Amino acid sequence: MDFYILAQQLVNGITLGSIYGLIAVGYTMVYGVIRMINFAHGDVYMVSAYVAAITLAVLHSFGVDSVPFAIISVLVVTCFITGVYGWTIERVAYRPLRGSTKLAPLISAIGISLMLQSYVQVAQGARDQGVPVLVSGALRLGTDKDFAQITYMQLVILVASFVAMAILTYLISYTTLGRQCRATQQNRHISAVLGVNTDRIISSVFVIGAATAAVGGVLVTFNYGSFNFFIGFVMGIKAFTAAVLGGIGSLPGAILGGLVLGLTEALFAGYVSTDYKDVFAFALLIVILFFRPYGLLGRPEIQKV
Amino acid sequence: MTEPVLTVENVTMRFGGIVANQNVNFKVDKGAITALIGPNGAGKTTLFNCITGFYRASEGRIVLSTAEGPRDIGALLSRPIVGGSHLVTRAGIARTFQNIRLFREMTVVENLLVAQHLDTEANLLSGVFKSAVFRRAEAEAVERAFYWLGQMNLVDDANRLAGELPYGRQRRLEIARAMCTSPRLICLDEPAAGLNPAETIELSEVIQRLRADHDLTVMVIEHDMHLVMSISDHVVVFDHGVVIADGTPKEVANDPAVVAAYLGVEEKEVAE
Repeated sequence: MDFYILAQQLVNGITLGSIYGLIAVGYTMVYGVIRMINFAHGDVYMVSAYVAAITLAVLHSFGVDSVPFAIISVLVVTCFITGVYGWTIERVAYRPLRGSTKLAPLISAIGISLMLQSYVQVAQGARDQGVPVLVSGALRLGTDKDFAQITYMQLVILVASFVAMAILTYLISYTTLGRQCRATQQNRHISAVLGVNTDRIISSVFVIGAATAAVGGVLVTFNYGSFNFFIGFVMGIKAFTAAVLGGIGSLPGAILGGLVLGLTEALFAGYVSTDYKDVFAFALLIVILFFRPYGLLGRPEIQKV
Repeated sequence: MTEPVLTVENVTMRFGGIVANQNVNFKVDKGAITALIGPNGAGKTTLFNCITGFYRASEGRIVLSTAEGPRDIGALLSRPIVGGSHLVTRAGIARTFQNIRLFREMTVVENLLVAQHLDTEANLLSGVFKSAVFRRAEAEAVERAFYWLGQMNLVDDANRLAGELPYGRQRRLEIARAMCTSPRLICLDEPAAGLNPAETIELSEVIQRLRADHDLTVMVIEHDMHLVMSISDHVVVFDHGVVIADGTPKEVANDPAVVAAYLGVEEKEVAE
């Protein structure tokens, strides 16, 4: 019996963790190239949930009934539109402030965050919105009384997250763009002196981060079925925590941090108390940062004199 | 040897109230090795930073002559929307740094690959789908990277992390990386700093080979006077941000102002 509870919490934790990881990617990559915490990232995720719902509604009005087709096209369209949001935010709110103080883009990020929340609230209403359940049913393990289950939607989440992470890793490790991203991350000025158009790379990073968050947004929307204009805040904080936990600036760190955070929450919720799961998760963050100030996979920034 | 590759006209660089360079004028001839010398803090590196587009000069003009005609460095930096230091590199100026700045977490060969693809912009889709054009460009880039590794005797280190290399090799890698941008003019900032005598001799051979074999013009900031006097055709001497002498190594070495700047003189001697 205990085995099934454990297995169930592990499944839940990994699913939740991979969503955190997807969103944490945006924080960590942006921090990597411009050393800025993009506080609007959680709200970009929130926007992507709305875009997903609208896209689904449009597809439905065209009479699209195939569930796999609907999920895939919603993913593609949402990634694209959310990517445009990411690009625009960087272009309008951050790039003009580059070269001014470090705090200026941070403040404008908070501004963008509030703006997105208000804009969605006014345009879409403050009430919870919902999408119908597209994928139901579950794989069950065990007897009728004691069992662990993985819903088909959780499977979709795991597969989609895995594929998104694989594409991202490939992009960063093996393409020219990825190489230039890594170079820009290590030293923006030197990259520019070597002919890399760093502004373009920074824009690309925002687009990639937003699109990855959109994958998370679509999956969460389909999984829980309801969302509102405020979901970006908590999710943003959690994903940011995951990024810090894994070592901000490190892409594998973001994924690992997301998984650790998701598993911690799920296990704590399963064995101790659901109400205190966030308290425990953040307490864990404090403990880990106490022993590894740069996160699990982070590297200290070396200040040379 | 009369056509100047680089013309520096009345350049002044201020940081707030501090004047780092004042009214600097000189020309760099095509195919020449030009050395900038002077005491520490004389403004040599600042001028390098202006030439390579790291800074924008407060006043004056820096013009590079390219195959497509003259290019004003200041104008490239301030070109709307797409302007920036990368355009200066693309126009044909490469540089190395006084304190080595490699991408330490990337491999040696990756360091060289970043410096390429100047004409074909990195494109998300062509990168993901590996279009034919992209694959060809990538293959050429790798080939060029290995060519320069060969020239700098670094082939064995191709897949090591740049940060792991010994100091002397990091210096050579930085030159190789600069060469991968296919420059017309390469600016070396204290390339011999921290090298032992044997490595310095090797470096001077490398610099001369670059000029002889690759149609390259070299500017170098260096404190090793033996190296400067043996390789350069033209020496520009800075002190307190101004040019105090400009000529062949021999002329400069015998210039009283240069001797004074290096050795120091009594105040009344200066007044005379």
